[in-house]
Amino acid sequence: MPQVTYIEHDGTEHPIEVEEGLSVMRGAVDNGLPGIDGDCGGECACATCHVFVDEAWLAKTGLPGEQEASMLSFAATAQPNSRLSCQIVMTPALDGLVVRMPEAQH
Amino acid sequence: MSEDPPRIVIAGAGHAGGSAAAFLRQYGWKGGIALVGEEAHPPYQRPPLSKAWLKGEASAESLALRPARFYAQQRIDLHLGIRVTGIDRAARQVQLSDGRALGYHRLILALGARPRSLALPGAGLAGVLALRGTADADALQAALGPGRRLAVIGGGYIGLEVAASARALGAEAVVLEREARVLARVAGTALSRFLEAQHRAQGVEVLTGVEVEAIEGEAGSVRAVRLRDGRRIACDTVLVGVGAVPNTELAEAAGLDCAGGIVVDLAARTSDPAIHAIGDCTQRPLPLYGRSGRLESVPNAIEQAKQAAADLCGRPPPQPEVPWFWSDQFELRLQMAGLAFDAHEAVIRGDAEAGGFTVFHLDPEQRVLAVEAVNAPADFMAGRLLVAKQARVAPELLRDPARSLRDLAA
Repeated sequence: MPQVTYIEHDGTEHPIEVEEGLSVMRGAVDNGLPGIDGDCGGECACATCHVFVDEAWLAKTGLPGEQEASMLSFAATAQPNSRLSCQIVMTPALDGLVVRMPEAQH
Repeated sequence: MSEDPPRIVIAGAGHAGGSAAAFLRQYGWKGGIALVGEEAHPPYQRPPLSKAWLKGEASAESLALRPARFYAQQRIDLHLGIRVTGIDRAARQVQLSDGRALGYHRLILALGARPRSLALPGAGLAGVLALRGTADADALQAALGPGRRLAVIGGGYIGLEVAASARALGAEAVVLEREARVLARVAGTALSRFLEAQHRAQGVEVLTGVEVEAIEGEAGSVRAVRLRDGRRIACDTVLVGVGAVPNTELAEAAGLDCAGGIVVDLAARTSDPAIHAIGDCTQRPLPLYGRSGRLESVPNAIEQAKQAAADLCGRPPPQPEVPWFWSDQFELRLQMAGLAFDAHEAVIRGDAEAGGFTVFHLDPEQRVLAVEAVNAPADFMAGRLLVAKQARVAPELLRDPARSLRDLAA
């Protein structure tokens, strides 16, 4: 199963196996990780699953879609490598992905 | 008496109860957690029931709030298919419908709400449905398809979402609303009118200002809805979507303060220090609006689950949030934030014809009270910030497409 390393704002690392086809948000929520909320359940409606994609992985995760980019443009701490993790779906090519969590989602 | 090590019992395994269990572990609760739920399933997400689930586009796994293994991994004891039937505050224990009693150190009531039923002739006919759980959604799905005709009593969000899904499934749909417009209680006039037009364009018949007199049947099954004006609306299924009633009976019987919901503070505490209450069943403070209210929404369930879990784990309370809601109908993404109490003016930004628009509701001092965005996620996000800041913005600035909302919200 492909692995994602989630890094909390305080530097705590969580290497987690996330089933193909599930989103990076689900991987965090399903394992009870702090730092990613996913309030709307993955509908790209709430922007509470904001992550920073490690620069080395940006080419593979791709760019945010139009709606996602609109939501992100108002996230307090958005950066060029910001994504909503509900919109990143795990594939074998993403095995080893590293994402960092912002200090808060709200 | 309470167990040793201390146990938190959560009565109700919906979105609020399930989230509270997860947050308690995330925030470091080391004692026991018992989650008691009436339905046979572990906590799941209800919003898709009227949308993706109804259309057959969601799996049981995707509906689940957490995977089944989560509860064992997090040491959360699930008691499913079981109701809490009584609370003994003196003994700190709850009675369960299977005859057992569970002792608690702290109790969280996450009892939810139930669909309001209609006291109408014919309301008991086969084919008269409500929507709250997966069993309801499955019954509804079985009744929707080509050649079928659905009458929705109540033009609220659930009714409109189901009407939209019915069309996607090939069924005919008619929405019957007592008020002069759909969403009369929960949205501004502009959004109501826009949605009525959208539904009609998609083949939904929308009748407003009509009162239902009776549901008529044949051989025990529904055949029509009869209106007070004498019209007879033929149908083979009726969805009753006329609001929800908070499940406060247990709390009332236990002597907790209730007023149109179990009364709680911003830490989700009830009038008993050993009992918290969260989600649809509560009457909660709305600090942005200087009043209290009952919110039926997933974001509210999650916010109050966090409040209760933080309080029980000795963490500072989370920042109060702007109430928000979302809905999907046809190709429309609706996102609403804030509450338009005593709104004075509605300002429209954007153009419905061009695909997206937003309504800002202002108070007499031009403070942004609420925002309703249709296919306009950036406006929603900006509006949510403006509401949180109780920002005062001149209507002409909100209306001006050249004016960046980001600057206004900064």
